[in-house]
Amino acid sequence: MKIELNPQQKNAKATFRAFVDEQIVPYADQCDREERTPLNLIQKLAQKGYLSAVIPQESGGSGMDMITFGLLNEELGRGCSSLRSLLTVHSMVAHALLKWGSRFQKEYWIPKLASGEVIAAFALSEPNVGSDAKSVETTATFSGDSYILNGQKKWITYGQIADIFLVFANCEGKPSTFLVEKNTPGLTIAPISGMLGVRASMLAELHLDNCQIPQENLVCRQGFGFSHVAASALDYGRYSVAWGCVGIAQACLEACIKYTSQRKQFGVYLKEHQLIRQMISEAIANIKAARLLCYQAGYLKEIGDPKSIIETSIAKYFASTIVNKVANDAVQIHGGNGCSSEYPVQRYLRDAKIMEIIEGSTQIQQITIAEYGYQEYLFSAELTEISQQLVGT
Amino acid sequence: MEEVKAKIKKFLSRFFTGHEFQADEDIFALGFVNSMFAMQLVLFIEQEFQITIENEDLDFDNFRTINAMALLIKRKIPVVAGN
Repeated sequence: MKIELNPQQKNAKATFRAFVDEQIVPYADQCDREERTPLNLIQKLAQKGYLSAVIPQESGGSGMDMITFGLLNEELGRGCSSLRSLLTVHSMVAHALLKWGSRFQKEYWIPKLASGEVIAAFALSEPNVGSDAKSVETTATFSGDSYILNGQKKWITYGQIADIFLVFANCEGKPSTFLVEKNTPGLTIAPISGMLGVRASMLAELHLDNCQIPQENLVCRQGFGFSHVAASALDYGRYSVAWGCVGIAQACLEACIKYTSQRKQFGVYLKEHQLIRQMISEAIANIKAARLLCYQAGYLKEIGDPKSIIETSIAKYFASTIVNKVANDAVQIHGGNGCSSEYPVQRYLRDAKIMEIIEGSTQIQQITIAEYGYQEYLFSAELTEISQQLVGT
Repeated sequence: MEEVKAKIKKFLSRFFTGHEFQADEDIFALGFVNSMFAMQLVLFIEQEFQITIENEDLDFDNFRTINAMALLIKRKIPVVAGN
């Protein structure tokens, strides 16, 4: 076993870090306050090939390996969770099309997604449907050579600026997935504002009112929209979010290291106080543990191992919970300054909370992980054998 | 084919604890098929047999029994070898 980035991955991480420090960090608080992401920032992501991270080079993408993709998410997450969420949803749709799209969809849309000419959004959640994603109320009916979509989608990340939406609907009892272009008659896009965190991610609500789309826009076969398209895209999303959490936590840690080295109380720097050091040490250990879980998930994803799915769930669960502890402590360490918009830690804390909700809430991950535990350990023949050996020793 | 079936059976046994699978048994009828299982099954087949499950392969009948999965794999392996 060797857990070490290869030279290319180390270089990529350094490049990502420099880009984020120069191009994103100076503007992240402003984006948060204004609840919008400037188009030029998105264009910079596209120009660097970051929006095409998961798209193979032969399709015009950057073709990053899964660890490098993870590192990109960490660094973007360290700078601005909203921009990281753009990478998340854009990559989810790209992955869904690459895996389950028709030849036409791949040939037509993937190069556009790779260049950033087209921004994609993932439209699963609805006003009445969150964790119970299989129960979507949006409907699709086949009529002539078209599908007619009706329903509402909510909390759609970057829905305000997306050019295409991957929409999940119930098609005559079969969960199905469709590509809907933003200018399709019958589609209305309403901005959502005033959110707690990830405030620059330009959320939108979609209203589909007899929205007619060509039959070629069906992605994958009818009936496999949830079990295969949504599930595999969400798996990618969880991986991206897990790394994004590591990024927020790392930003918190670096802010705390700096702050406690510059501010004095009781005549000494904050870092000299043992209770401050306790919070710093917990943050360091938790961040390293979360990052290792992400590495594990990324490695398994890279080799296509079925266990990558549960390991991604575990990584997302752990990273999204520890980032809340780390961000909460970061605000605590900063005191009154931490509650002020003059310091970014309040943004980190608000963004951290969102991470526990998106791409499967903490409670949904717990259900999944516990189910895996009972499947893997309680009835495992191998474990029984090991247990017997242990009892015998 | 028997080796392929044995590998599939071993994989399935992790999810259907204590159940002795028959090659023609309908796994969907057992009532334990969720999205996580479906994804893991796709990844298992792809990784174990070095094939790619594509849009056109997604037919419930291709995954209903061990025999059906083995036939799907057999159909796809020569295509890979031909490349």
